[in-house]
Amino acid sequence: MPDLEQFRRETRAWLETNCPLSQRETVVEFEDRCWGGTQWKFVSDDQKRWLEVMAARGWTAPDWPAEYGGGGLNKEETKILREEMNRINARLPLFSMGLSMIGPALLKYGSEALKRQHIRNIVEGRIWWCQGYSEPNFGSDLAGLQTRCEDRGDHFIVNGQKVWTSYADRADWMFCLVRTDPAAVKHAGISLVLFDMNTPGVTTRPIRLISGKSPFCETFLDDVRVEKDQLVGTLNKGWELATYLLTHEREMIGSIGQGNAGAKNLHDHAVEQIGLAGGELADSALRTDIARWEMDNRAFELTAERITDEATAGQGVGAASSMLKYTGTEINKRRHELLVSIHGQRALAWEGDAYEHGLMATQWLRTKGNSIEGGTSEIQLNIIAKRILGLGKE
Amino acid sequence: MALVLNEEQRMLKDAARDFLSEHAPVSQLRQLRDGRDALGYSRATWQQMVDLGWSGILVPEAQGGLDFGHVGMGQIMEQSGRTLTASPLFATAVMGVSAIVQAGSLAQRNALLPAIVAGELQLAPALDEGPHHAPRQVRTRLEARGDGCVLNGEKQFVPDGHSADQLIVSARSAGADADRDGISLVLVERTAPGVTVERVVMADSRNSAMVRFDNVALPRAALLGNPGTASAVIERLSEIGNAHLAAELLGLSLEACEQTVAYLNTRKQFGVLIGSYQGLQHRAAHLFSEIELLKSLVIKTLQALDAGSAEVAVLASLAKAKAGEVATLATNEAVQLHGGVGMTDELDIGFFMKRARVAEHLYGDHRYHLRRFATLSGY
Repeated sequence: MPDLEQFRRETRAWLETNCPLSQRETVVEFEDRCWGGTQWKFVSDDQKRWLEVMAARGWTAPDWPAEYGGGGLNKEETKILREEMNRINARLPLFSMGLSMIGPALLKYGSEALKRQHIRNIVEGRIWWCQGYSEPNFGSDLAGLQTRCEDRGDHFIVNGQKVWTSYADRADWMFCLVRTDPAAVKHAGISLVLFDMNTPGVTTRPIRLISGKSPFCETFLDDVRVEKDQLVGTLNKGWELATYLLTHEREMIGSIGQGNAGAKNLHDHAVEQIGLAGGELADSALRTDIARWEMDNRAFELTAERITDEATAGQGVGAASSMLKYTGTEINKRRHELLVSIHGQRALAWEGDAYEHGLMATQWLRTKGNSIEGGTSEIQLNIIAKRILGLGKE
Repeated sequence: MALVLNEEQRMLKDAARDFLSEHAPVSQLRQLRDGRDALGYSRATWQQMVDLGWSGILVPEAQGGLDFGHVGMGQIMEQSGRTLTASPLFATAVMGVSAIVQAGSLAQRNALLPAIVAGELQLAPALDEGPHHAPRQVRTRLEARGDGCVLNGEKQFVPDGHSADQLIVSARSAGADADRDGISLVLVERTAPGVTVERVVMADSRNSAMVRFDNVALPRAALLGNPGTASAVIERLSEIGNAHLAAELLGLSLEACEQTVAYLNTRKQFGVLIGSYQGLQHRAAHLFSEIELLKSLVIKTLQALDAGSAEVAVLASLAKAKAGEVATLATNEAVQLHGGVGMTDELDIGFFMKRARVAEHLYGDHRYHLRRFATLSGY
């Protein structure tokens, strides 16, 4: 334990020295959060420096093995680092699907050569990864995917279409689920392959959302050549990786509300906008709604913490990620509905300097996707019912 | 601090579950109800609980207790929520002990706590004067007379009020009806001259009572703490009570949910298990998720009590508010998903619904605690 205390002291001091003040401000715009990659335009020198100093210690991926560039921290040290970062409201130096999804999958299932090729680039934020999962006709029913991957001797050729590919137009590489055995039943015949988005035959088209933004693309794959050494894990055994990755995705999306740490409390917004009467928020119905949301949000944050603690202690149930994804996203949607209620028509202004160019409306609309992407709330409820509660087994 | 039980706490939880499911299951409460038991709980079971040390879980070692803390006591409360065990555990071992530990003089602690540990003394907290929790609405008057004082007024919904040996009564020594200052706590023998107790059996078949005080003469030594300054103690007592009621409601919700899921996996209609219908699966899965949220608030609140954290005030209200909402959902869903059989007295589920409501309203329902949370948060 004294070692951990020392680690905490040193980490605190190091962060104080190295985390630029601007990187301790709450994230507002998309670009405030660094995603890395070859096309990334740093919004400030501070953002660039913060990524570099953290990546140099492997602290963008604190619990990954040091031999591939990770931080090499154990669970307790990782938790301390997070706590110390939260203490000063430090932004994550890097936020990417490389860190949250394909990196962990490569560490668990990838060949030594794949780890050497990709992990350090992820840690250092050099490559922006996107995910090729959903297809136009296979969303919730992901295992029905039809993108074909044929063996052409020394390489594969991929043909098909992906949809809801996050930022495919800015991404450098894709990890992509493909069908390698069309004869096999659904979940059998699937593999996971990696390729460069600059490969001939890859085209992307942004999808305009109700928020007016285009964070997702359609991705068309026409005779895309994929090298054989870019197959992750075993041929036709990709579904295991897919579910492993989906678990990570659920955890990432479920924790989306925790990105609000350091943001202004809902009740501070309300006091500012609506005011107090006799020490109480002047709108008593809204007061109760906000209190109920703050209760649920606190319960959710503590639950995420408890699930981690239980895993560390070797206790707890599996499939917790579905419960966290379901509750976390529904709570985040409620947060933005309440923000709109608190700010009224101001929150619904769409254009013009006076209202931050519709930022609040944009963010509110974006959250509607939280309970759809990465498996809908209904799919999470299915998983909880079947895997945890054991319902529906004859 | 990690939000998990340590080894000793886990052992206590397992022991409590084993003991209560074997010696005090729901069928015991049913028997007490059907037999119109005069005491309202099994004296033999309570003696066994005393022998297990449960009466002294919150008592310091100096007074012969186990000093095992609120997380430990919370595990017993949670398990007693699964079995709906009626006993003096809450009124005496949680509320009574906490009142004396918080406010009692050394002499009072030395005299009263060992007797509680030994199972020789039972207490009943008499804090409310109406159907809604309002700890500052105190009209019961405590006035100095000669060397002592005299008590006049009425307390309502006093848990174990008709069976306890002594009542812990909040009474006003000064100020107006709703003032924060001027409230005192006094110990009153239930059988003292001028004390009238009317038993009120609640919907959950548990004990409650209306208690009237007519010129009850008390010695100065009956005061717990200094006169007129009990508000903070009462506030803390109510927080402790609510934390443990939340733990009980967690156990109750878990049990109602598990029994309902088991039923969905047994009952067939249209030739298939009703649990194969997505409409019912989603309701069960939603309930499961809500209970998971409650679990985290409960353990955090119990740990905060043991750590003496300043956050207890906020956490206790969050835990009780969530517990009230979740237990209401759990028991409503349990009845609906059981269908007609859920409405029958023969099935235990009805007992869970009744206990859930009584426990929610004791020391404040979810609306009370949401309002209190908002006030504590500055809005």
